[in-house]
Amino acid sequence: MTQAPSPFVRAALDAASALPESGIAWLDAARRDNLQAFAEAGLPEGRNEAWKYTPLRALSQRAFAVADAALARDVAIDAASFALPGVDSACIVFVDGVFRADLSALDGIDGVSLAPLAAALKEQPEPLRFALASRYRRGAADAFAHLNAAFATDGVVLRIADGIDVAKPLHIVHVSSGGQPDTAWHVRVLVEAGQGSRADIVEQFVSAGEANQLGTVVADYVVRESARLGVVLLQAASTATTLVRRGHVRLEANASATVHALEVGGALVRHELTAELAGDHARFDSRGVFALDGRQHIDTQLEVRHNARDTASDALWRGIANGRSRGVFRGAIVVAEGADGSDASLSNKNLLLSGSAEIDTKPELEIYADEVKAAHGATIGQLDERSLFYLRSRGIPLAQARSLLTLAFCRAALESLPNEALREHLGDLLVAHLPTGPSAG
Amino acid sequence: MHMLKIDNLHARVEGKEILKGLSLEVKPGEVHAIMGPNGAGKSTLGNVLAGREGYEVTAGSVLFNGVDLLALEPEDRAATGVFLAFQYPVEIPGVNNTYFLRAALNAQRKFRGEDELDSMRFLKLVREKLKVMQISDELLHRAVNEGFSGGEKKRNEIFQMAVLEPKLAILDETDSGLDIDALKQVAEGVNALRSPDRSFLVVTHYQRLLDYIEPDFVHVLAGGRIVESGDKNLALKLEEQGYAWLADTHPELRKADLTGAPA
Repeated sequence: MTQAPSPFVRAALDAASALPESGIAWLDAARRDNLQAFAEAGLPEGRNEAWKYTPLRALSQRAFAVADAALARDVAIDAASFALPGVDSACIVFVDGVFRADLSALDGIDGVSLAPLAAALKEQPEPLRFALASRYRRGAADAFAHLNAAFATDGVVLRIADGIDVAKPLHIVHVSSGGQPDTAWHVRVLVEAGQGSRADIVEQFVSAGEANQLGTVVADYVVRESARLGVVLLQAASTATTLVRRGHVRLEANASATVHALEVGGALVRHELTAELAGDHARFDSRGVFALDGRQHIDTQLEVRHNARDTASDALWRGIANGRSRGVFRGAIVVAEGADGSDASLSNKNLLLSGSAEIDTKPELEIYADEVKAAHGATIGQLDERSLFYLRSRGIPLAQARSLLTLAFCRAALESLPNEALREHLGDLLVAHLPTGPSAG
Repeated sequence: MHMLKIDNLHARVEGKEILKGLSLEVKPGEVHAIMGPNGAGKSTLGNVLAGREGYEVTAGSVLFNGVDLLALEPEDRAATGVFLAFQYPVEIPGVNNTYFLRAALNAQRKFRGEDELDSMRFLKLVREKLKVMQISDELLHRAVNEGFSGGEKKRNEIFQMAVLEPKLAILDETDSGLDIDALKQVAEGVNALRSPDRSFLVVTHYQRLLDYIEPDFVHVLAGGRIVESGDKNLALKLEEQGYAWLADTHPELRKADLTGAPA
């Protein structure tokens, strides 16, 4: 490129020169290659279709150093800040991208291998080569994936053995310490659910402080034949945080996965979730709620790719925007040639709670197969005046009535979560973040 | 002392004047039936009293136990004792009936400076009221009015009234769309709630309901005003003769005011 690099890109290049080599030739080569790709393309700009509704002009003027690993290792973090009801089994915790053994509990579940990426690379790098050395498309659209690949030195390697039924959810926690302003952290997550296994994972984002930080997570889930995986994403980072998460779920034959996402935090959040239905009869369900206020910006990019026969997907997402916030939702269903018998549905409904908030929703269908059932719909609306009046006429104050109706609007997306204690917690968290405040009862 | 004193009330809906000088006085314990042709302003009266947005009062006053009712927000009107049983109760998916009713009762109690009911005390109260209303408790576990039949919706309105125990209940064409059995059930519920300190405004198009809820007074609302008042025999006369005869004593009423035909 001919332009001078932006402060964002310049800071990343400066930071990279200070990164230690891993000593694994293919890994260091992949990191250099990704850094190069990032430096060439820079951050996506407005004319980039995939980033059209999420302008990064302000971000590109900011400079993030690499978060200091020693500080991240030592900073005191209260374990209560990420404790979740119904989630009390194995736990792996990262603070500013650095693994914290003192906060984690990795062992003790039969058939489950949970390890930090850095440790796994030291022991046996070769099995990770396929995931870590694979290339992203060149170009700005994947800037953060390149950045993550270049900088993530730690992360999660989780393997669930064939046929294992893991009773309790496994917990992955990303903490932004808030103690290191203008720094970036990067975490890589690799999950493999073995044939016929069953497991649930909760991936959580929290902040311990208010400092401006950038976090990126790239997560790959492979769900082997006939396995069943549940993933809960709970994003309640501080409103000073910039987060970019890319999740890719690959489903083999007869496998199924369900994602429940609740996003209430962050200043600027981009969440890309792609499901690839690679084997016949695979199924992917996604449910999500994003609730925004103030000047928050949350961009969800859901893409479900039906690449095999008789695959099914169902997506149900709800968005709420108050204040001067902006929500973006792109939901794409792609049915490949030959993926006959696919059954796909996608619904995204949104509520605008203020005149200055904005939501852009864009359902997309691309179908190249015959005998396909596909339905999608997206709406943007306001709270129903008749329902509001009905509640008020019974004595419920306006603010509480708004909160009740808003929660009811979101309920459909969260009620299918089987973990009851966790489901209630998500409901409470949502209520606490609803713009009109908590409801009684 | 009057519980409700409506004086020369004028109200507009979408720029069109519907109530044109309505006056009415209700004492505690009385049941007043409001009858009238379509378009006379019957539903407008209920909505204005409950405080619905879009109903603009342009003149007149409403005193409720001496308080200026029109100055209150809808929720505060409810908390001071006004209840509107809707002609078309709204379905609210995702809001549980029991949760909603407890939230409503506790909001009202809080407004009045009373202690809030915990779920045990609330359930006990609800069970008592269910017995009186002959409603199956299955309805309680559903979302507010969602999937309810027409009769169930109307009974749910009366059940809410039983739990909230208002001082003034306005029944807005509660009989519309009900078959005779459902009508009797609703009427029995209302009658069970009659008491010396609770008043009712029963707005209806048909005399039939008044066979089961016996009114102390019957008023004819036409052209936006009360034009005739009497006892229950007035309702019988209206049933027999319709409204046209009112033109003889009220030459200011147009034919359209008495037939319900569009003006």
